[in-house]
Amino acid sequence: MAECGASGSGSSGDSLDKSITLPPDEIFRNLENAKRFAIDIGGSLTKLAYYSTVQHKVAKVRSFDHSGKDTEQDHEPPYEISVQEEVTARLHFVKFENTYIEACLDFIKDHLVNTETKVIQATGGGAYKFKDLIEEKLQLKVDKEDVMTCLIKGCNFVLKNIPHEAFVYQKDSDPEFRFQTNHPNIFPYLLVNIGSGVSIVKVETEDRFEWIGGSSIGGGTFWGLGALLTKTKKFDELLQLASRGQHTNVDMLVQDIYGGAHETLGLSGNLIASSFGKSATADQEFSKEDMAKSLLHMISNDIGQLACLYARLHCLDRVYFGGFFIRGHPVTMRTITYSINFFSKGEVQALFLRHEGYLGAIGAFLKGAEQDNPNQYSWGENYAGSSGLMSSSPELCPTQRARSGTFDLLEMDRLERPLVNLPLLLDPSSYVPDTVDLTDDALARKYWLTCFEEALDGVVKRAVASQPGSVDAAERAEKFRQKYWNKLQTLRHQPFAYGTLTVRSLLDTREHCLNEFNFPDPYSKVKQKDNGVALKCFQRVVSALDALDWEERQLALVKGLLAGNVFDWGAKAVSDVLESDPQFGFEEAKKKLQDNSGVDVILGVFPFVRELLSRGTEVILACNSGPALNDVTYSESLIVAERIAAMDPVIHSALREERLLLVQTGSSSPCLDLSRLDKGLAVLVRERGADLVVIEGMGRAVHTNYHAALCCESLKLAVIKNSWLAERLGGQLFSVIFKYEVPAE
Amino acid sequence: MKLKDAFFPWFGLDIGGTLVKLVYFEPKDITAEEEEEEVESLKSIRKYLTSNVAYGSTGIRDVHLELKDLTLCGRKGNLHFIRFPTHDMPAFIQMGRDKNFSSLHTVFCATGGGAYKFEQDFLTIGDLQLCKLDELDCLIKGILYIDSVGFNGRSQCYYFENPADCEKCQKLPFDLKNPYPLLLVNIGSGVSILAVYSKDNYKRVTGTSLGGGTFFGLCCLLTGCTTFEEALEMASRGDSTKVDKLVRDIYGGDYERFGLPGWAVASSFGNMMSKEKREAVSKEDLARATLITITNNIGSIARMCALNENINQVVFVGNFLRINTIAMRLLAYALDYWSKGQLKALFSEHEVSGVISCDMLTFIKGMLFTLC
Repeated sequence: MAECGASGSGSSGDSLDKSITLPPDEIFRNLENAKRFAIDIGGSLTKLAYYSTVQHKVAKVRSFDHSGKDTEQDHEPPYEISVQEEVTARLHFVKFENTYIEACLDFIKDHLVNTETKVIQATGGGAYKFKDLIEEKLQLKVDKEDVMTCLIKGCNFVLKNIPHEAFVYQKDSDPEFRFQTNHPNIFPYLLVNIGSGVSIVKVETEDRFEWIGGSSIGGGTFWGLGALLTKTKKFDELLQLASRGQHTNVDMLVQDIYGGAHETLGLSGNLIASSFGKSATADQEFSKEDMAKSLLHMISNDIGQLACLYARLHCLDRVYFGGFFIRGHPVTMRTITYSINFFSKGEVQALFLRHEGYLGAIGAFLKGAEQDNPNQYSWGENYAGSSGLMSSSPELCPTQRARSGTFDLLEMDRLERPLVNLPLLLDPSSYVPDTVDLTDDALARKYWLTCFEEALDGVVKRAVASQPGSVDAAERAEKFRQKYWNKLQTLRHQPFAYGTLTVRSLLDTREHCLNEFNFPDPYSKVKQKDNGVALKCFQRVVSALDALDWEERQLALVKGLLAGNVFDWGAKAVSDVLESDPQFGFEEAKKKLQDNSGVDVILGVFPFVRELLSRGTEVILACNSGPALNDVTYSESLIVAERIAAMDPVIHSALREERLLLVQTGSSSPCLDLSRLDKGLAVLVRERGADLVVIEGMGRAVHTNYHAALCCESLKLAVIKNSWLAERLGGQLFSVIFKYEVPAE
Repeated sequence: MKLKDAFFPWFGLDIGGTLVKLVYFEPKDITAEEEEEEVESLKSIRKYLTSNVAYGSTGIRDVHLELKDLTLCGRKGNLHFIRFPTHDMPAFIQMGRDKNFSSLHTVFCATGGGAYKFEQDFLTIGDLQLCKLDELDCLIKGILYIDSVGFNGRSQCYYFENPADCEKCQKLPFDLKNPYPLLLVNIGSGVSILAVYSKDNYKRVTGTSLGGGTFFGLCCLLTGCTTFEEALEMASRGDSTKVDKLVRDIYGGDYERFGLPGWAVASSFGNMMSKEKREAVSKEDLARATLITITNNIGSIARMCALNENINQVVFVGNFLRINTIAMRLLAYALDYWSKGQLKALFSEHEVSGVISCDMLTFIKGMLFTLC
């Protein structure tokens, strides 16, 4: 979260703060490429959305042109790497207090280059109030969009594109947020928007929704009535009063009516029989805190009760709550959750959204960007550019109390290809990719955060080393270090900031941060060298394997797969050995696993694939779409396959006859989320009737998918390259995971 | 214990969170013989209760509700209704002790939460054994009983026609000849909602803590009023649209996308978020808004319960509706409007001397021992 340069926190009311200076490299990024603006102006917060294109450096691999001379020289790399500029689409969302609106509009005007933009989509109650200001400042025509339509469009968008978007709130647990895995079918659901009033909307499909009810007792009632009762003017202050109060001093409880007899009658004495019932019977003074608390309970209970009644009438069990009454306030999430649990007897779940505050802006943006078809793509949250969910609970995070003067950001990258579920998942709705939930497991969290902190120096060094010709590599690497370090510190205090914290999310965050500072593939050179070496060994390895009898060969092939897996720069235990002893290689890996040979894909995977092909099995080989650590990428795999095909007739004919298909996974992570796979892969899996899934590597088979249940046979292979994890799983460092599973009939 | 076996005086007590409702049966067919035998204390109780309309500083007898020439368990007499605040219960028990009620060998039938709360005090201070009766049982039997006897020969149940229109609005009797199923909404300090399928088959559907106690409690805090009557009187003179944010305040008119009329309240007390508007409202406006807020909410919850339970007659009873025409008409209107005429709001009050008066069902709860 970026702080404003000058402090604007003293300001109050509707007066606009013009004195702030905005740090342009943090907020309103990429304005020079921005188009399609949308703005959602609420009672106190403004959310601005825009679309930009981001130039990224990407490492491209390309075969050398060998025409004419087919001779291989020992020192020549197997392919060339070139760093190219690639343009990707990004959505930017910025949230700030209404007091900064003028300063922000000025800033945008000064930095906006694109003159094609003519309109700005606007929604929210304040859109009308600020219409003239926006038109005057930005010279854009304000197009007003319906509030609820925007809200629901935005809600559908985040539910589809952001894993762990929804969470349940559990008081007194650490952390209080419990994230939900995305249901493959998000419809139907109930959206209860608690603004000044309450709207209850049933959402049935992307375009069909219906206002089924509402209530006038909402956030405005809490604020308005609260201001009258306590003379406290601000909503946040009222909530703080409430969090300190005792409602039992103001409310008439069941035990106040029944005396002590409620116990023998099986009644809960603490139930509120009459809100404010005690203030009716005595002319005594009541504390502000107690009245605010009573009011909060009254309103939350009422909304929860109505939500349950509507959910029941429409047979819905998923109810999302949003609006300024909720907006990340633990106090209101707690009371609403309590009420829903009480009135539905556990049948309905109160769900909240991480990006709830952005829904209107996202929806307004989508309305305006319909011609770009944003809904046809998959999008991913960029962890490097997003602020994440902050706890506003004063006890939990005192620094967050001064929320004014801060900007909150969300950035989403358009993924090149749409992502879908692996069709072979046994139950997509209950699939959880990650093996250990670090949000939950404080010990594991501490261990891994420290682990990633300690590995940071090495990553920075490697990033610099990967771009020897670049003058600013060291400077960028340092910025990367700072950014990732800050993310790790945020996650120490707020492990729920980006949904469920996992080893995968820590790895992905690191990749996002590296990309942010133009280190697209720090391992490209290492991979190039390794692949060159391995290619030279391929034929020797294959003939050695062919010489073995069938059973020995199978064992050797599996060991080959696992040995290749040891060469992993991501695992600290391995990278320590590799860094300290450059000669460490094949023989050492072999020793750790008694005997073996191979380097990752070329000496491990391809011989295994070759064996499958030889016995008549068709193989789909899926590799990462983008780089992650030293994992082979799809484009590298194409070149490698081509080179192997040139020397191996089995691979050659298989490629030609399409019995061996190379595809991309859609992922750029060392881990793998089987619910977000490249659509092309999913189509192929279905078309070819795949009946065995082999998942290889610690990231894909242990950190993720260790417990994944598929509806066909599966094989999960990995070497445990982390002593802590080995201990957790009850084994030793460099133990082998070989998990063959047959689905139950 | 049945009443017909009990000695006079016949009392029924409904001890709620805010009010105590006392029912007293005054026998009118006392024979000379009986009169002779009647002990002095019993005589003085009868005389005290029937010749006064106020007791102490807070007790009130609702004379207009008195049921005359009633036959109860073979005895003819009048039924009197007296109410006083629950916080005066200790004084009431003390009076029972001073008047030596325990010597009369009578039974105090009691219902409501206070029957439990004060049971021990009755015993230790007044030497009186309470006969506790289930509150919901009493309520159901009460409404059926009162409907069967009628109100001094007139119909019990009625509804409002044209409730939104001050001039055309009229109360019409409703013949509850097919009472089941019915949704019974009892608005006391809090609200209980019951689905009644037959005389013996009913269930508590839900309840809400936003009831009469909330209205009066908030009014006390917001306006400094001290009685329910005062709060209602203020509300009758106020304008809630200054306090509430209406749909038209937000959308300039109807919100057509969702079919919401401009006059509907979008946010209760929503205008009070603004300092200027807070300074511009009167106590009467605030009282009115509180009344509208609580009433609308009860109507909304009742409507949802009726839909979920598939019931289309909703009977509203309870002390909140006492002398509360605004609330009754609002309930009638809200139920009719939002259900598009599918639901009917029924009330159980009587017009006495031009004033829409109290619902007596809550009193009746206290006398249900008569039907034991």
